[in-house]
Amino acid sequence: MTTVTQQTEMVAEEHPIAPYLRMDRIPHIWCPTCGIGTAVKCFATALQETGVDLDKTAVVSGIGCTGRAAGYMKLDAFHSTHGRAIPFATGLKLGRPELLVTVFSGDGDLAGIGGNHFIHAARRNIDLLVILVNNFIYGMTGGQNAPTTPLTARSSTMPYGNFERPFNLPHLAASCGATYVARWTSLHIRRLTKSFKEGIERKGFRFIEVIAPCSTLYARLNKLGTGFNLMRFYHDNAEICHGADTRDLDIDFQNKLICGKFVDEERPTFLECMHEHYKKILGDRYVPIPPEGGMIHG
Amino acid sequence: MKADPAGVLTGAHYLDGDFACGEGAMAAGCRFTAGYPITPSTEVVERIARRFPMMGGLFIQMEDELASMAAIVGASWTGTKSLTVTSGPGFSLMMENIGLAAMMETPCVVVNVQRGGPSTGLPTMTGQADMMQARWGSHGDYEIIALSPQSPQEAFNLTIDAFNLSEIYRVPVLFMMDECVGHMTEKVVIPPAEEIEIMPRKLTSVPPGEYWPYHVNGKYVPEFARAGDGYRFHTTGLTHDERGYPDMSAACQEKCVRRLVEKIKNNADKIVRFDEEDTEGADVVVVSYGITARVARMGISLARKKGVKVGVIRLIVVWPFPEKRIRELAGNIKAFVVPEINYGQMVLEVERCAAGQASAICVPHGGGGVHDPNDICEAIVRAAK
Repeated sequence: MTTVTQQTEMVAEEHPIAPYLRMDRIPHIWCPTCGIGTAVKCFATALQETGVDLDKTAVVSGIGCTGRAAGYMKLDAFHSTHGRAIPFATGLKLGRPELLVTVFSGDGDLAGIGGNHFIHAARRNIDLLVILVNNFIYGMTGGQNAPTTPLTARSSTMPYGNFERPFNLPHLAASCGATYVARWTSLHIRRLTKSFKEGIERKGFRFIEVIAPCSTLYARLNKLGTGFNLMRFYHDNAEICHGADTRDLDIDFQNKLICGKFVDEERPTFLECMHEHYKKILGDRYVPIPPEGGMIHG
Repeated sequence: MKADPAGVLTGAHYLDGDFACGEGAMAAGCRFTAGYPITPSTEVVERIARRFPMMGGLFIQMEDELASMAAIVGASWTGTKSLTVTSGPGFSLMMENIGLAAMMETPCVVVNVQRGGPSTGLPTMTGQADMMQARWGSHGDYEIIALSPQSPQEAFNLTIDAFNLSEIYRVPVLFMMDECVGHMTEKVVIPPAEEIEIMPRKLTSVPPGEYWPYHVNGKYVPEFARAGDGYRFHTTGLTHDERGYPDMSAACQEKCVRRLVEKIKNNADKIVRFDEEDTEGADVVVVSYGITARVARMGISLARKKGVKVGVIRLIVVWPFPEKRIRELAGNIKAFVVPEINYGQMVLEVERCAAGQASAICVPHGGGGVHDPNDICEAIVRAAK
C-alpha cells in the first residue's frame, strides 16, 4: 500500500545554531523537556558569540545522557569511555596545546566514575572547560542513584530515598583549584550562555555546573511532575548569589538552588607552569611541545 | 621516513631493558607519554621524563592507569605519537581504554613489563602471565598486535617496530616485556637517526567536508585526520558507521567489528615475526619468547647433547600468532615444547595450531624467577620419545 502525504509548502530557514550542530544526527536522543539540549544550545551560542576558531575547538564527552552531547556538536568531537572524558581531553590538550578543549558530560560520568580524574585535573589546573550537566540521577541506565542525588530523593537503586550525602560540586571544584566555578540551571539561558562565554575565554580548569531536569526518571520517581514543573521549581527556588562561599552550595531535595559565579581567578595552567619551570631549570636546552602538536611530519 | 635526531641517542650504551625501551620510543618519534608508577616498569617513563623536555616531548604522570591510557588515546588524536607504560595491575586497569583505542582505531603503544600475578603478586619479580590478557583483555571482539623482546637491544629495536606497526594498522600495540628483560643490563647500540626507519602519522589528503573518519574504500585501514585541522569529525567507542556516527544495529556491528578483526587477521602474514632455527628434521620444536627464549637455549643444548633433534621457534611478534608455520611444522615433528613463565598460555595457541598433528607440551613456571634449564631439557627429552 502506498501512502501519499500532502506536504504544505514550508519555509526552510536554518536554525541560528545549526552550523554548530551535526544536523544529520538530529533528532537527538534526549527525552522531551530534558535540560541537556538547552545546555548544548547555550554552549553553541557561546561559541558563536565568542567567535572562537571552531577548527581549533574540540569537545569530549564520557558516557550517559549528557555523554551524547559531543556527538551532536559540529566540532572535532570525541565520545570516549565512562568517566574518562577528562583524562582523554587532557591528552588532547597536551598533545596539541593550541586547541580549545571542552569536556561536556554528566554528573554520574564526571563526579561518579570519573571523580578521581576531575579532582586531579583541577589540582593540576589543566586548561579545560568542564561543563557538567547535573540531573541528580543516572538517566541513561534508568534512574539509579548518583553521587549528586539529594538526600531523601528517590532513585531506582534507593527506592526508599537516598541516605548518602551528595557532592557539593562547585565546592569540590573550587577546593581542588578550579580557576572558574559557576552554577546555573537550564532555565537561566542568558546567564548560562554568558557563563559559557566566560568559560571559553578564561584559562585553566573552568567548571560550570548546569542543573537540568530529568523528566523521565528523576521527576517521575520523585513525583515532581514533568520537566516543566522542574523548570517552574527552578524559577521559584533558584537564588543568584555571586561569590557565595562554596561551602554553602549543598543542594537539598526540592530546596533552594544557589546559582551564580563563585570563583573567577587567574592561576598559571599546567602547561604554563611546565614551560616556566623547564625554562628556568633547563634554559636553552628546553624544547617545548609545539602548539600544533608533537607530530613528526612526514 | 628517517627518525628525528632529537630523539635518537646514537652510540653504544650499557642500558637495561626499560631504559632501552624508553630510548626506542623516543627514537620512534613518541612525543607524549602518560604513566602511573608501577614496578618493574617505571624506569621506562623515568628515562622519558628526563629526556623529553629537550626534544619537544611531554610526559605527564597521571592519577592512575585508567587516566594514563585515556590520555594517550586523546593525545594520539592530535597526531602526536603516544605511549604508556605499566605492569600487570596497571595493565588490568588499562583494558578499558585499550578497547577504546581499538574501537576508535587509535595508534598508540602500551608497554607491559610483566611481573608475577595475579593481583599484586610479585611486584619486583618476573612473570609472563599476561600474554592472554594482552590478546583478550578488553571486552568484545578486536585484534591487537603484541611483541616480546628478549634483550635490551631488542627492547630498543622492537619498540620502534611497535610504533611503526601501530601507525600502519591504527591499533594499540602491546609491548610485552618481562621483568628480567626490563631489568637486565646489556650493551645496546643505537644507530644514527638516518639509519632508523620510522612510520610517520599519515594524515588524510581528503579535504574537510568530504572526509569520513572510517571510510575505508575497500581497504582495511581508514585514513587519519587529527583534531585541530578543521575536519570537525566525530569518533566514538559505540559501534559506528563510516562517518563515525553511532549506529545501534547488528548490520553496523558486523561491518564495524569485522574490519577491526580482519585488518589484523588478514594482514597477519605481514605482521607475524619469529626466529626459526634447526627445525629441518627436528623431532621436537621449542616455542618460547622473551627471557624464556634465552633460558631455553641452555635446555636445548643439554637435550641436543642427549641426542635429541631440537628446533627452535622464538616468537618476536606474539600476536598475531604464527599460526601457519606452527601448523606446517606440526605435520613434521613429534611435539612442541613450550616453556613460559605462567601455567600455560601461549601453549594453548600452539596446541590449537598443531591441531592434534603434534603434541604441545607446557613447561610451566609460576613466576618470580626463570626456568631451570634442566626442566626444559627433560621436557624435550620426554617429548622426543
